[in-house]
Amino acid sequence: MHVTIAYVIAAALFGLGVYGVVRRRNAILALMAVELMLNAVNLVLVTADVSLRSALRGVPGEAWANPSSQPGSGGVFALFVIVLAAAEVGVGLAIILQFYRMRGAVALDEVPLDQERVSE
Amino acid sequence: MTIADVLLLALGAVAVGAGALVVTSTHLVRSGLYLVISLGAIAGLYLVLGAELVAWVQILVYVGAVVVLLLFAVMLTRAPIGPSPDLDRPIGPSALIGAGVGLGLAALFADAFRWIEFPRGDPGTAERVGEQIFGTWVLPFEVLSILLLSALVGAIVLSRPDIGRQPAPPAEEEVPV
Repeated sequence: MHVTIAYVIAAALFGLGVYGVVRRRNAILALMAVELMLNAVNLVLVTADVSLRSALRGVPGEAWANPSSQPGSGGVFALFVIVLAAAEVGVGLAIILQFYRMRGAVALDEVPLDQERVSE
Repeated sequence: MTIADVLLLALGAVAVGAGALVVTSTHLVRSGLYLVISLGAIAGLYLVLGAELVAWVQILVYVGAVVVLLLFAVMLTRAPIGPSPDLDRPIGPSALIGAGVGLGLAALFADAFRWIEFPRGDPGTAERVGEQIFGTWVLPFEVLSILLLSALVGAIVLSRPDIGRQPAPPAEEEVPV
């Protein structure tokens, strides 16, 4: 299995996510682009789990390279990132909905960051 | 080129294509639905790579929960059904940054891993991943549960209706959301 394919796919997805975060004005679309970036990172973790283990076989065990006796930590980290993404989406959407309730808009350009409160 | 390579290429093309549509579509709802396709293709990539449990959790959590939440938010913010012309900023700097990051990382990975054939690892079944989580990674797992709880409480506190309400007119109706 040529793992370069998976790595390049992950890089392309991350680039698309960065592009989306910078380009989109709508906060929900920016969150979707962040999800793409998180998935790219997950793909790198899972692929590294498959490839690095066999690449490191025969290498004298360093503590950082092989922290556990069993392989498979990349998948565990991918699971952790998925859970973090779920929490992030929950809090992020709560913030977006509260902002929409206060201002009636979800455009990121119109968020006033330099003043206390705008009288409506 | 083995069968696994062909599958990786095909699923990757689907994931990247749907991802490109996510960040370029002018329909908010279609963007969310393309995200479903992209995440599903990534779950397929996990299956090909041998991480079975991660693939099923991806389907359950991402496709089943996160996208549904995003679509709920699209509905609750009263997004227009048709195409919206004002979703994007000018394309110049974002295309530059996105292409720079994507191509740079791709070049880095391609240089680091070359065109080398790696043997397939052991499949990451629920049994093996479960042993890992409850053996080596049990402390991060518990910390993660506390983080989920605090995120839950934080989301509930954030969405209280009395945040941001102007104190002056008490008889004013609040906009139902």
